[in-house]
Amino acid sequence: MIASTPAFFISFDSLKDLFVNLIQSLGFGESFGWVAFLLAGISISFLIINVMVMATAFYTWFERRMIGRFQVRRGPNRNGPFGIFQPFADVLKLIMKEDTIPDAADKPVFTLAPIALLAPTLMIMIVIPFGTYLRDDALLSNLNIGILFIVGVTSVNSIAIFMAGWGSRNKYAILGSMRGAAMLISYEIPMALGITSVLLLSGSLAMTQIVQSQSIWFILVMPMGFFVFMAASTAEMSRTPFDQIEAESELGSGYNTEYSGIKFAVLFLAEFMAPIVTAAIVTTLFLGGSQGFDFLPGGIWFAIKMFVLIFLLLWVRSTWPRLRIDQIMGFAWKVLFGLGLFNIFLVAVEFMVAVELGHTKDDGSLTTEYMLIMAAVNWMVTIIAFVILANFVGKKKYHRPEPTASPLANMGIGGD
Amino acid sequence: MYGLGLFKGLGITMKNLVSPSRQFNIVQYPNRRASPFDLAKVDDQNPISFIATHPIKTLRSLLGLETLVDRMPQHANFRGEEFAWYDRRCTGCASCAKYCPLGIIKIVTGTSGVNQQEGQSYDIDVFDIDIGRCMFCGLCVEACPYDALHMGSGFEEGKYRRSDLVINVDQLKAAEKKPSTWFRPQLTDRGHDPIKGSTADWDQVGRHEKPSLEDQGERWAKR
Amino acid sequence: MSTIRTEPVTINLGPQHPSTHGVFRLRVTFDGEEIIDVEPVFGYLHRGTEKLAESRNYVQIVTLTDRMDYVASMSNNLAYVRTVEKLAGIDVPERAQYIRVISVELQRIASHLMATGFLLNDLGALATPLVYCFRERERILDLFEMLCGARITLSYMRPGGVFQDAPDDFWNSLNTLISDFPNYLDELESLITTNEIVLARTIGVGLLSDTQAVDSGVTGPVLRAASVKWDLRKANPYEVYDRVKFDVPIGNSGDTYDRYYVRLQEMRESIKIISQCIEQIEPGPVRTETPYFIRPPVGETYSSVEGPKGELGFYMVSDGGISPYRCKVRAPSFINLTPLKDMLTGWKMGDLIIILGSIDIVLGEVDR
Ligand code: SF4
Ligand code: SF4
Repeated sequence: MIASTPAFFISFDSLKDLFVNLIQSLGFGESFGWVAFLLAGISISFLIINVMVMATAFYTWFERRMIGRFQVRRGPNRNGPFGIFQPFADVLKLIMKEDTIPDAADKPVFTLAPIALLAPTLMIMIVIPFGTYLRDDALLSNLNIGILFIVGVTSVNSIAIFMAGWGSRNKYAILGSMRGAAMLISYEIPMALGITSVLLLSGSLAMTQIVQSQSIWFILVMPMGFFVFMAASTAEMSRTPFDQIEAESELGSGYNTEYSGIKFAVLFLAEFMAPIVTAAIVTTLFLGGSQGFDFLPGGIWFAIKMFVLIFLLLWVRSTWPRLRIDQIMGFAWKVLFGLGLFNIFLVAVEFMVAVELGHTKDDGSLTTEYMLIMAAVNWMVTIIAFVILANFVGKKKYHRPEPTASPLANMGIGGD
Repeated sequence: MYGLGLFKGLGITMKNLVSPSRQFNIVQYPNRRASPFDLAKVDDQNPISFIATHPIKTLRSLLGLETLVDRMPQHANFRGEEFAWYDRRCTGCASCAKYCPLGIIKIVTGTSGVNQQEGQSYDIDVFDIDIGRCMFCGLCVEACPYDALHMGSGFEEGKYRRSDLVINVDQLKAAEKKPSTWFRPQLTDRGHDPIKGSTADWDQVGRHEKPSLEDQGERWAKR
Repeated sequence: MSTIRTEPVTINLGPQHPSTHGVFRLRVTFDGEEIIDVEPVFGYLHRGTEKLAESRNYVQIVTLTDRMDYVASMSNNLAYVRTVEKLAGIDVPERAQYIRVISVELQRIASHLMATGFLLNDLGALATPLVYCFRERERILDLFEMLCGARITLSYMRPGGVFQDAPDDFWNSLNTLISDFPNYLDELESLITTNEIVLARTIGVGLLSDTQAVDSGVTGPVLRAASVKWDLRKANPYEVYDRVKFDVPIGNSGDTYDRYYVRLQEMRESIKIISQCIEQIEPGPVRTETPYFIRPPVGETYSSVEGPKGELGFYMVSDGGISPYRCKVRAPSFINLTPLKDMLTGWKMGDLIIILGSIDIVLGEVDR
């Protein structure tokens, strides 16, 4: 897969090597290895924070333009060509605003919440193999528990949102964050189930391994898993149809009602970074990461796939209304949980059959031909399952009989 | 089938995204970014020669710095936020002031000494309309028996002080006369359209034709 | 083992809240997410319209009625001028009646579009259906601009007719509008009516039974959604409504979905009425000559029309002078709020917003 070994590419290891060499050439000994370690860490953080902030700025512009187009409007178009400088204007405005803290707020919690929300989102990016230079490279490519790291880090979200809501001591905020806590925790389970089915096939927790094992993209092999994971992660980042945490039309602004100024800017940043990160995770898990044809570097393929996913999210966001909180919880526990378990069961059985029939390669992964058969079977099962589910739920609940006029209006105006 | 409705909805939004006929008729008021082609059109040149002759303008327009005025066309009946008032038609009868629901028209008249025989016409000393409180209902226009007061057609009357919003007689006299055809069917009949830029003089806005000299002789000299 | 002690929270929803459709304040007591008590607080937009009317003459009051239900000025105008005509015994020329019906039905469509769009906005659809609704409403407002020079505060009608005939290009634009509109409604329906999230959110939510609706004096689409077939246009035809054919759509059970769907069908019926009016209308005068200052004989009268929100009535007392002695407005938005507590209790926070949205109140009319 890798054509040639490059002299230098950006990852934690390469940077560390670079700094080690630098330090040694300056005449310091082996014992200064920790300086190299530190420097490499700082550079990586610097890189990630800046790239991600810029990407988010671009994304907010893209989202607003795109939703504008969906709503037959133009979207922001006054600042710079096509309004591309709009995010900078927004952030400048937010920074210049007064940073108010409510009197009754729990000040440390209130202040820490934006950071607690932003940091995990940024941390996820270090394990995403978006192919900095080569195919399948993450910044921290040797982290062998990549996906576990992601699952662990994302669960900090619910704490951060609860901190924000609790700290502001505002009734809307507390309602929003209570909803958030309940919802985020519930949706972590289907999300984990979706991930588990991927792990069954890839046989590794490392993100690079997961990408390499996708000789057929996992979205084709297990559409049900993709659906479960996609739905759960939409809920995790609180987007329509699951945007209960903010729910503009119900709660004003939900957990960030009391925030203003730079703190709000940070919350806003974290919130709009979430779709990028989610798209990156889904691309890695289900869309074959940076795989693609050779005429473009892996990073570009990764970006294209992310772009498509983000567009899908925006499409859904601008079309569907939101569900009610109890329906959202019901969906997580009654539908997604079941589907996720069923999917794991299906994939596991198929894997066992493959092992029995000897369709595995030397390293224990499945052969491409068997994956194709699996894909065909799984698509059929998925469609049948959805049809059964739809008819089972829809028929009895949403049938509307012809209305009959109430006898209370005996005004003799029946028909013409 | 249950569940298909969601995807139908996605189809609808996508249709609205891509099909140009479903877009809003968007007017980027007050000005829009001009592409080199727009600028060439304004200059009445073909685009290539425009780009060749005006490289700096082209560059600026590509950077989005060149703008053109853009606004939505109103109907000729549009009641604008200003008034067209003809001092030569106004007799100072103050019907308009009496009929205004808010009482925001202030008229002070004095004797002029002109046309003494026919009962003397009045000088309009003060004719203030406080458009800061006006709701542009047009009842004053409806009340004016001499077609002296008309709704205007402009709407860009933003000012920094409320006191600037009181239009006085000098401003009314000096203002460009673009009366709206609202409640003035005679203007429509004469093909007047303020939005397209036509103005009307005091003798063109009456609901009766100006009598010819013979008519005047018939009606007045034989009396 | 003891359970966790919980206590109800009271939240002030409004007067500044994105979804109370104006400056409406609801003091809601929640048990968790569930509503256990509601107390509406009105009056933030009170401008004393009824009192102001006592010091205006009969034509000037038309401008006040514009500002009550500001998304349906035309209907307010009609309700008011009909009362004055009844009080003063003024006849209205036939062409004026047709033009009135056409403009009022256009206004009904515009108002229902607003209601539908905002209901979807309250459901959280990120304003997309709202913008689609506004796109079509904009065309109706363009028509109003041709008709009377304004888009929102129209002041089009006068006692004795309408103040000026429609310009020639109005009829062409009207014809294109009514030929396009059914397609647009189909599109809106396939975006909303079959959307399962909308169904899940609205069906069975905020039930208002027919007895409850009739008992609390509710009118308009909210009443018809509760399967009561009551429409003043049919029950007590005014203007030329007895010469056009149309149905009165009713709902099943009086839930939020029915209220939405009744409005949607009413728009179709309005289109039918307009196209019949276009066929029947004939040239002629549009206004009877009335004196500038109308002096109705001493007496009192009540007359009402079927506005977009319900029965919109004016009760006026004349003492023979140039302005009414008393003017009382029966505002449908206000009276439709009567069963609010029954409808809301037991539902969740998200339901509160959509139930309130489906009643379709306009605060200018509630507070007057
Ligand atoms: S438009 Fe109406 S409010 Fe304005 S001055 Fe004329 S009558 Fe008064
Ligand atoms: S504008 Fe018309 S109504 Fe007013 S004072 Fe002059 S002539 Fe009379």
